Amino acid sequence: MKIELTDQQRENQQRFQAFVEREVMPRAEVYDESGVFPDDLALAMGRAGHLGALAPVEYGGLDLDMISFGLQNEAYGRGCASARSLLTVHNMVLASVLRWGSAAQKARWLPGLAAGQSLAAFALSEPESGSDANSLQTYAVLEGDHYSLHGSKKWITFGQLAGLFLVFAKLHGKTTAFLVERGSPGLAVEAISPMGGCRAAMLAELRLDGCRVPAANLLGRPGLGWTYVANAALDNGRYSVAWGCVGLAQGCLEASLAYVNRRRQFGALLREHQLIQAMVADMVAGVEAARLLCFKAGYLQEIGDPGAILATSLAKYFGAQNAARVSGAAVQIHGANGFSRVFPVHRHWRDAKVMEIIEGSTQIQQMIIGRASAAG
Amino acid sequence: MSEAPTKKKIASFLARHLRTAELDGDEDIFAAGLVNSLFAMQIVLFVEKEFSVTVENDDLQLDNFRSVNAIAGFVARKQAALAAS
Ligand SMILES: Cc1cc2nc3c(=O)[nH]c(=O)nc-3n(C[C@H](O)[C@H](O)[C@H](O)COP(=O)(O)OP(=O)(O)OC[C@H]3O[C@@H](n4cnc5c(N)ncnc54)[C@H](O)[C@@H]3O)c2cc1C
Repeated sequence: MKIELTDQQRENQQRFQAFVEREVMPRAEVYDESGVFPDDLALAMGRAGHLGALAPVEYGGLDLDMISFGLQNEAYGRGCASARSLLTVHNMVLASVLRWGSAAQKARWLPGLAAGQSLAAFALSEPESGSDANSLQTYAVLEGDHYSLHGSKKWITFGQLAGLFLVFAKLHGKTTAFLVERGSPGLAVEAISPMGGCRAAMLAELRLDGCRVPAANLLGRPGLGWTYVANAALDNGRYSVAWGCVGLAQGCLEASLAYVNRRRQFGALLREHQLIQAMVADMVAGVEAARLLCFKAGYLQEIGDPGAILATSLAKYFGAQNAARVSGAAVQIHGANGFSRVFPVHRHWRDAKVMEIIEGSTQIQQMIIGRASAAG
Repeated sequence: MSEAPTKKKIASFLARHLRTAELDGDEDIFAAGLVNSLFAMQIVLFVEKEFSVTVENDDLQLDNFRSVNAIAGFVARKQAALAAS
């Protein structure tokens, strides 16, 4: 067994880190405060090819291996959870089109998504349907050459900017996936703002009032939207979030290490106090453990192992809780400064709590892991 | 090619993940309520990885995955199609 990045993976990692340090970190505090993700940042991410991480080269993508994709999410997570969340939802949709799309659907949407010319959003949750996601109430009716979609979707990350939505609706009572373009007749997009964490994730509510969707935009097969399309996408999203949590915790650790080497109390640097050392040790152990769970999930994903789904759930479960713990410790170490907007740990701390809610909350991961482990 | 090794691999995969005794060849794992959506996806990943076939949208029919024999038949058809192309 060998846990070591390949030269290519290391090169990818350095490229992503350099981009995030240059383009994202210097202004993350400012756009988080305003709650508006900068258009030019999304464009820069697209130009750098970062939004086509999982698309094959033939569609203009980077065709990253799953470990490199993880490292990309870690690099973004270390800088800003809102920017990382764009990677997450965009790739969930891109990967869904790649996995379940017809040749015509792939040709139509993948090049634009891979280039970041069009952003994508994943629309599953509804006002009355969250963790119990398959209880959704939005429904579709076939009317000649198109479907009419009725209902609403809530908390849709980057819904304010997306050009393409992957929308789940019941067709004859069974969950089915549809690709819905912005501007479709009967679709209204309303901003949800302000949020307490991931403040620049451009959340939106979608109102589907007889929204007209061409019949050719059904993704996968009727009735298989939950079992296959949504679950595969959520698995992908969990993987992205799990790595993003490693990055978030890593960012908090780095900020804390810098702070304890600068701040003096009781005549000594903070790092010389044993209770601070204990906190730092727990942070280091947590970050390492979360990263190793991600590496394992990534390895299993890369080789197509069926155990990848559970390993990913575990990585997200532990990673999200760890991000909340580590960011809480980072705020503690920073004292009052941790509550000011000058230090990024406050933003990370708010964002970390979101990680325990999205892509299957901590309780939902416990159910998945507990059931699968205790079955039989 | 004999179907026996294929069936054996499928049976042991299902038994391992469903934590049941070895299943009868025709025992319906969906009807028995053994499969949740997590496992449905795992079966697809298993078939693709183990037998080097691609599960397409049109293949996603319960009849292809409901038992050891159904999966073995599906794999044989996919491999035959692959060999013919
Ligand atoms: C910032 C942000 C971005 C989001 N982006 C998207 C997006 O892009 N697309 C999308 O579709 N959705 C998105 N969501 C919605 C998210 O997926 C849901 O919030 C999540 O699924 C939880 O649903 P809920 O909020 O309705 O909580 P509920 O399901 O009502 O749960 C409330 C609480 O009860 C717990 N709970 C629920 N069921 C059980 C149970 N059986 N046993 C024990 N505890 C349980 C939950 O863990 C939670 O703690 C986003 C949410 C946020 C906050």
